Amino acid sequence: MSRRICIHSAALAAVLTMGAASAQQVLITAGGATFPNPIYSKWFNDYHNKLPNIAINYQSQGSGFGVQQVTAGTVDFGASDMPMTDAQIKEFQDKRGSAILHFPTVLGADVPTYNIPGVTAKLNFTPEALAGIFLGKITKWNDPELVKANPGVSLPANDIAVVHRSEGSGTTFIWVDFLSKVSKEWETKVGRGTSVNWPVGLGGKGNEGVAGQVKQQPNSIGYVELIYALQNKMNYGKVKNASGEFVEASLASVTAAAAGMKEMPEDFRVSITNASGKGAYPISSFTWLLIPSKIADPAKKKAIKDFLAWMLADGQKMTEALAYAQLPKAVIAKEVKAIDKIQ
Amino acid sequence: MSAFTTTDFRARPPGRALAFWTRLRRGDEVAYTVTLTCALSILAITALLVFELYTNSAETRHKFGWSFLSTSVWDPVAGEFGALPFIYGTVVTSALALLIGIPLGVGAAIFLAELAPAKISNALTFLIELLAAVPSVIYGLLGIFVLVPMLRSAEPAIRAVLGWTPLFSGPFYGVSLFSAGVVLTIMIVPFIISISREVILAVPNEQREGALALGATRWETTWNVVIPFARKGIMGSIFLALARSLGETMAVTMVVGNDPKIHASLFAPGYSIAAVIANEFTEATGGLYQSALIELGLVLFGLTMVINGVARLLVLGTTRKGAA
Repeated sequence: MSRRICIHSAALAAVLTMGAASAQQVLITAGGATFPNPIYSKWFNDYHNKLPNIAINYQSQGSGFGVQQVTAGTVDFGASDMPMTDAQIKEFQDKRGSAILHFPTVLGADVPTYNIPGVTAKLNFTPEALAGIFLGKITKWNDPELVKANPGVSLPANDIAVVHRSEGSGTTFIWVDFLSKVSKEWETKVGRGTSVNWPVGLGGKGNEGVAGQVKQQPNSIGYVELIYALQNKMNYGKVKNASGEFVEASLASVTAAAAGMKEMPEDFRVSITNASGKGAYPISSFTWLLIPSKIADPAKKKAIKDFLAWMLADGQKMTEALAYAQLPKAVIAKEVKAIDKIQ
Repeated sequence: MSAFTTTDFRARPPGRALAFWTRLRRGDEVAYTVTLTCALSILAITALLVFELYTNSAETRHKFGWSFLSTSVWDPVAGEFGALPFIYGTVVTSALALLIGIPLGVGAAIFLAELAPAKISNALTFLIELLAAVPSVIYGLLGIFVLVPMLRSAEPAIRAVLGWTPLFSGPFYGVSLFSAGVVLTIMIVPFIISISREVILAVPNEQREGALALGATRWETTWNVVIPFARKGIMGSIFLALARSLGETMAVTMVVGNDPKIHASLFAPGYSIAAVIANEFTEATGGLYQSALIELGLVLFGLTMVINGVARLLVLGTTRKGAA
């Protein structure tokens, strides 16, 4: 009799351990920014192919969604195109009793795109010119500020039509963050945000909406993501950086802007717009993963930490194929150390 | 409603258990309960919707009160929110769509139902019903890539005829309240045509025969007898069209210009309630901002109720006078 019990319980134990083994399936949910969604999808997919027991489900619903959901604890980690504000961090601390960590993943940039009949040259834009146009103070293409920066180009005396993004977006945040840094008036009158109260202009939906509007409307100017401009072979202008050099946006000049940053703060919450340094493009930004510093489930914690390490090594090699600029080496080294803060 | 009052089984004296069981077996009682549940669930969904919108917009309702409806600054950075430009844009684009869409839709319906040969009528109706099923984002893309460039080239002509009114003044950027109104027209006309045609076809032939026998011409019969008879149904089709145009999001946001300011000119850009909610909700961080967008949802709900109510009163007024 006892023998039979022994056999049965052994069988039962075997079944249970098999069950436990299959419970090693780790399902992680994440959500947030739409801008890095193509590269995130590729990363999560490749990582799943490498380690089939780890699946990361990313919902690309916007940076606001990422911040809210990670604070509410409905996703394991979030993603955002702008760093969380002090107030948001405090709210996270109050609600979850632990800190939130920012991990830069890739870099993005905005470029000014325009359509002036008869002008084919690549235009140079000073920060003052861009701020003036978007504040509605520079209203004609032959304004002295524009003429001065573009010697040899005959600019018409036509009214400028401004186009901006209609929906809240990280692209807008990078643009207005730059304008806030270079223009006191912009900072006080309009400020920073994923959507702002635009002094002038039309709203186009998405990069395609802005690009389409600029293409159709003579004498217009708008801004789109660098990736979008590159993939669609659009013409865009150079922008003067803080060292006084007119720089054309490219993956290399965006990485240069991040590398030129003097010191990276411990929490990685940093804006790199209006960068200085040789070849540094001034309208660039990091995009971040928002990861809680305390993850209760040990399997999830390990999976997320391993993924971060992989993303910073192998993952970075995939970025340029999708037209995202890589992180500078110094930032990667610092992030690798920061992974240990996740407990 | 009237079904309940005219069916008299509910009025029978209670306590006749046998009769109840008989009815139950025949299915009356079951059908009554099931259909009642269906009807009540609609009420419950609507009530829940309003309740959720109301409670989640508490923050802005307390902060701004009624001034939310009458101020026109929309500044998410400074935390100032006013709904007026969105209300204006929603009403203007829908009104414009109805203004063009009603004559077009009803005219087409009259032709298809009364005048066209059956073969042509059926083929065209099939196409129209297909149009009604096209997703709105397709209409938006058509708007951006086809309609807006067309309007751009038609602008000088429109301006030459109507340029003296303030409605068609100022610079034209292609995307505008006018473009949104035209795209909405294209979207709502299939509804008006398809339903109006059915209603006109349902008018009893005796009505037509009577009028013709009295010596009326074909058109007199249609205009004086058939259309008044079908008026309620045609109005119904217009309500449906109105509801669609008020709530339309994607197509409007793609061509309206998304500028939250009030301009008198139809050539100027504008914004609509549904469009701003769709545009800004995902990136809305912070309680006040989100609350403002949710309150806009509540405002749209209220606006739809008010407009529908007014329209219904209008119908009531005309049907009392008419001999329908």
